[in-house]
Amino acid sequence: MELLSLHYEVSGTDFTCAGEASGKIKKNLKELGFPTNIVRNVAIAVYEGEINMVIHGGGGVIDVEISPDCISIVLADQGPGIPDVSLAMQEGYSTAPDNVRQLGFGAGMGLPNIKKYTDEMIIETEVGKGTTIKLKVFVN
Amino acid sequence: METYFHSVRLDKDKCRGCTNCLKRCPTEAIRVRNGKAIIVKERCIDCGECIRVCPHHAKYANRDSLEQINNYKYKIALPAPALYGQFNNLDDVNIILNALPALGFDSVFEVSKAAELISEATRIYLTENNPKKPVISSACPAIVRLIRVCFPELVENILPITAPVDEAGRLAREKAMKITGLKAEEIGVFFISPCPAKITAIKEPIGIEKSHVDGAIAINDIYPVLLKAMEKHSEYDELKALHESGVIGISWATSGGEASGTLNDNALAADGIENCMKILEEVERGNLDSVDFIELNACQGGCVGGSLTSENPFIAKSRLMKLRKYSPISCNHLSAKKVPQELLCTEPIEARDDVMKLADNVTEAMARMNRMKELLTVFPGLDCGTCGTPSCRALAEDVVRGFTTEHDCVFRARQEIQEIDNNEELERLIPAPFRLED
Repeated sequence: MELLSLHYEVSGTDFTCAGEASGKIKKNLKELGFPTNIVRNVAIAVYEGEINMVIHGGGGVIDVEISPDCISIVLADQGPGIPDVSLAMQEGYSTAPDNVRQLGFGAGMGLPNIKKYTDEMIIETEVGKGTTIKLKVFVN
Repeated sequence: METYFHSVRLDKDKCRGCTNCLKRCPTEAIRVRNGKAIIVKERCIDCGECIRVCPHHAKYANRDSLEQINNYKYKIALPAPALYGQFNNLDDVNIILNALPALGFDSVFEVSKAAELISEATRIYLTENNPKKPVISSACPAIVRLIRVCFPELVENILPITAPVDEAGRLAREKAMKITGLKAEEIGVFFISPCPAKITAIKEPIGIEKSHVDGAIAINDIYPVLLKAMEKHSEYDELKALHESGVIGISWATSGGEASGTLNDNALAADGIENCMKILEEVERGNLDSVDFIELNACQGGCVGGSLTSENPFIAKSRLMKLRKYSPISCNHLSAKKVPQELLCTEPIEARDDVMKLADNVTEAMARMNRMKELLTVFPGLDCGTCGTPSCRALAEDVVRGFTTEHDCVFRARQEIQEIDNNEELERLIPAPFRLED
């Protein structure tokens, strides 16, 4: 069984490009014929991750591996890392700078939303080294 | 199986096979084959972008001619509010409404009257029916079709209330039957339309089984005759007071009009098909869940920007603002406190998520997408359109769907030609858009 893998690079300097990768992933999943709720869950989770990558992580890479019954996503950056993951997972907790908040981002819902829309979420992070988030969305 | 009716058509003789329409089509519904554009019927949403951009006027809207009205004993004109913005120095809508009968109509019924009823029904629906938010307007038929094909998940958000033109048709026919005693089928109801999408919606409606309107005539077709007829009506004292709609009804012609008619501050309006697609992406993402109502118009400026109008949309908009000044807010009101049954859609608005799918099952679709990835590494990524598809990705998609071969790419063909010296094989490598028709 041939898997399908997609790879995207996320710029850490151009905020206006944020959301492009998740948009492309969504288009692909629609064309592959996944149920709309699965497409939406993956798209929202990746979008939140992508925004985090731009705001905090200084950019990074997104790898998606698709099989008919599971979509696995790995979001990896080499940013500052998350000092306290359980704090970061709390709804409303945010370390986003003011300029980002003015655009309506940084409400502290990024990581909680990723968890909400995925079936599996593993955060590997090290302060000063970066963060890798591994996600799974099961189709059935 | 659904049949496809499209009002947007191609005049083969005028088409030169250029890339203008190809590149502008929002649903990538156009291909160039054998030097001529073709429209992929499953994808076309009749937005009319191609009509607007074709420099050779090869794209046109299949509409009714004025002679068609003679098939009926009693003829009614339904002028779109956008019509009111087409005339210079017009200070009374009654001049248009009094002149329309000179074209052969027995009576006139303003679409803006029905629009005011739809606005009221929408207000009730938003407060009483507890709908899934955001509610997306169903008035622009190109947007409804766009949602079905490209944003299938959002069909549930579409306002299940009929469009003003249909309600106008229903009311106009009822009224005419009472006055004349004629049967319904002896009365011809004709919309004076600003766009091809409305024509499609009349011939093949979504949300209702059959349109209450019998035909559609383009604004720019009747413009010269109507203008002449209007000159005879410049004396105000001769004018019958036929104009029975206010600010809300007329505002439906421009972007933001329908949204402001909801009298809800928590509404949003976007116009121009690309802007609308961006808004729909935001809705999909869940970023606009707190907005009550979204008005989307495929044409820039709203209906005044329709491809069958005569006047520049911004000029038309400015004229409409002047025209509706000192008008009552609304002249038409519903008697009920709930959405009347006859204004509700009777048919479900179904998603057409099959259109963009690469294959019927995920496994096959995945194999095809893997093949697309390979192809995209050999295509030049110029999106030049020379192959007859709008982009390298669209060509890869057509190849894996089996519609064409990768040899359509001139750059790839050139590479292969350099490796081949057999003439017959060379012929085969000429991309389809450049092959002579058999």
